[in-house]
Amino acid sequence: MSVAPTPVAASAAATGAPATGGLTLTGVTKRFGAFVAVDDLSLHIPEGSFFALLGASGCGKTTTLRMVAGLEEPTTGAITLGGADITRMRPYQRPVNTVFQSYALFPHMTVEQNVAFGLQQRKVKRAEIKPAVQAMLDLVQLADYGHRRPAQLSGGQQQRVALARALVNHPQVLLLDEPLGALDLKLRRQMQIELKRIQTEVGLTFVHVTHDQEEAMTMADTVAVMNAGRIEQLGPPTEIYEFPASAFVANFLGQSNLLTAQAQGPSGADVAVEAYGSRFAVPAARSRITSGPAHLGVRPEKLHVTTEVVPEGHNAVPGVITDSSYVGVSTQYLVRAPWGDELAVFAPNSGTGGPLHPGTEVTVHWHPAHSFLLSAESGAETAAEPV
Amino acid sequence: MRRVTRWIADHWIMGVGLVVLAYMALPIAVIALLSFNKPDSNKTTYLLDDSGVHWTLDNWTNICSGADDMCGSLWVSLQVGFIATVIATILGTLIAFALVRHRFFGRSAMNVLIFLPMATPEIVMGSSLLTLFVSGQVGLGFGTIVIAHVMFCISFVVVTVKARLAGLDPRLQEAAMDLYATPFATFRRVTLPLVMPGIVSAALLSFSLSFDDYIITTFNSGGVRTFPLFVWGANQRGIPPQVNAIATGMFVIAFVIVAVGQLRNARRSRRAATS
Repeated sequence: MSVAPTPVAASAAATGAPATGGLTLTGVTKRFGAFVAVDDLSLHIPEGSFFALLGASGCGKTTTLRMVAGLEEPTTGAITLGGADITRMRPYQRPVNTVFQSYALFPHMTVEQNVAFGLQQRKVKRAEIKPAVQAMLDLVQLADYGHRRPAQLSGGQQQRVALARALVNHPQVLLLDEPLGALDLKLRRQMQIELKRIQTEVGLTFVHVTHDQEEAMTMADTVAVMNAGRIEQLGPPTEIYEFPASAFVANFLGQSNLLTAQAQGPSGADVAVEAYGSRFAVPAARSRITSGPAHLGVRPEKLHVTTEVVPEGHNAVPGVITDSSYVGVSTQYLVRAPWGDELAVFAPNSGTGGPLHPGTEVTVHWHPAHSFLLSAESGAETAAEPV
Repeated sequence: MRRVTRWIADHWIMGVGLVVLAYMALPIAVIALLSFNKPDSNKTTYLLDDSGVHWTLDNWTNICSGADDMCGSLWVSLQVGFIATVIATILGTLIAFALVRHRFFGRSAMNVLIFLPMATPEIVMGSSLLTLFVSGQVGLGFGTIVIAHVMFCISFVVVTVKARLAGLDPRLQEAAMDLYATPFATFRRVTLPLVMPGIVSAALLSFSLSFDDYIITTFNSGGVRTFPLFVWGANQRGIPPQVNAIATGMFVIAFVIVAVGQLRNARRSRRAATS
């Protein structure tokens, strides 16, 4: 992983924020017995950003969040918030609030009482609590639901109460633990937009834990992809998607065609690559390595199929269509390459030419700038199917 | 015809339920009836004479005049029940919290041992307690009755409160702590209110167990007479009819407590539905 930029540098560069404010984790490790849940994690989350921790279940993202909240104590390492060390502080001493996965609303209190709870505990004056609670319920569009109990609300409404209950305290960092996981797809999309709107409105730092790559990409300014207790890559969603740092990231975020290849050193502005007896070019700026065993990667939507002439300067692979599924906005093809592997190709249905049928001999081609070159050491076998 | 069989198929279970209910309520109804009956001088309160009920309110208006120390024994039972309930509820609740919340040496043994007093035949427990008190030279009386009652009530409290606690989402406490509540504030504002229904029902159960107990009490009472001991003693000569009035009164009080609880729940959920 020496090829990946260090997370701290990447994040600070991405947002241009000073490294003094915000949330910083330095060398944080959490062990449960022999199991290492979080492994020497260092990262900086600038103030006011929407940060997503993305990973499959068990990758350590929730443990990381719980350590920031104070519900777990790091085995080693330090956590600072706005320059102050909060590593060993109790949860109730931290200016951090959490939206729990199951919401954890107090069932014996009304919505208003739930939202007022944090303010009451901090001994805010009674006269100030009421308007603050009402303003927060307005923000999450539950102004008329103050006297209900959580059990009388729908899942989406409960989610918004949990959000209001945390936000009303104006925490320095708001932690969101899979907050949309229990909602159905349509509501989830709606809440994603809502959450993003609220974050922009209140300008707080949001740290969002999720296993849903689409959710992370639509909402966050910066995404950290976690795997086995470590961060595989950290950066803006477009950067992670367009130029993944490892095979794991390439497959966890969306889908990638990865060709087993051998990088043969720089040639001009490109890196020469040999795969299955053919030669390809990848721009040096999009190569994680210049020589040695590699993965040549191309996203399915960047591939084109044609039965005609391949445009000048494109990389090309001949093949036979083995499967074609029409999904409305695009047609998804599987093309068998001469070496036996299948390439996934998403062709947009822009109205030019009908779908090609299985059995058609085609040429798959792509612009070199749309491919990327990864070190084969980065472990394609650990790549999980995106959820 | 099919409609009739269908009606039967749909309603037979309700019929069975009504029969069972009648079976359970009949003895209480008889007690209530006898509390308004003036017994013939030569008949015991068990019987209604040939001419049926001799209606009277005497048993209620002169409730304490039936026998010399009937109301005295009632007062003893109420005191014992109250003290034993308070002590057993506090101790039992603490034990339940320890068993659910903490991992300590002997926890699983404790989980099993707590059932022992419930499983032991009362007569064995009563006699062995007596042996213990006598050999420990503890003077029998009010104190030993309370000690005995606390002992067998604790198990029921632990089991009841534990069930309630185990059903409590631990994330609620985490959420409270996350919202600046200290451990004490978390307990007072979140844990305790949520466990309270369990504690209240444990206390009610304790009281009725204590008020009711005859076997263990008879071994360890010394000269002190609780209400059940009085009734048993009076039974040798003929129970004064006021006993029925007291029993009916106790039943009404218990019924009102339960009914009020139910009504409050029903009103809350109705209000919830309409708001």
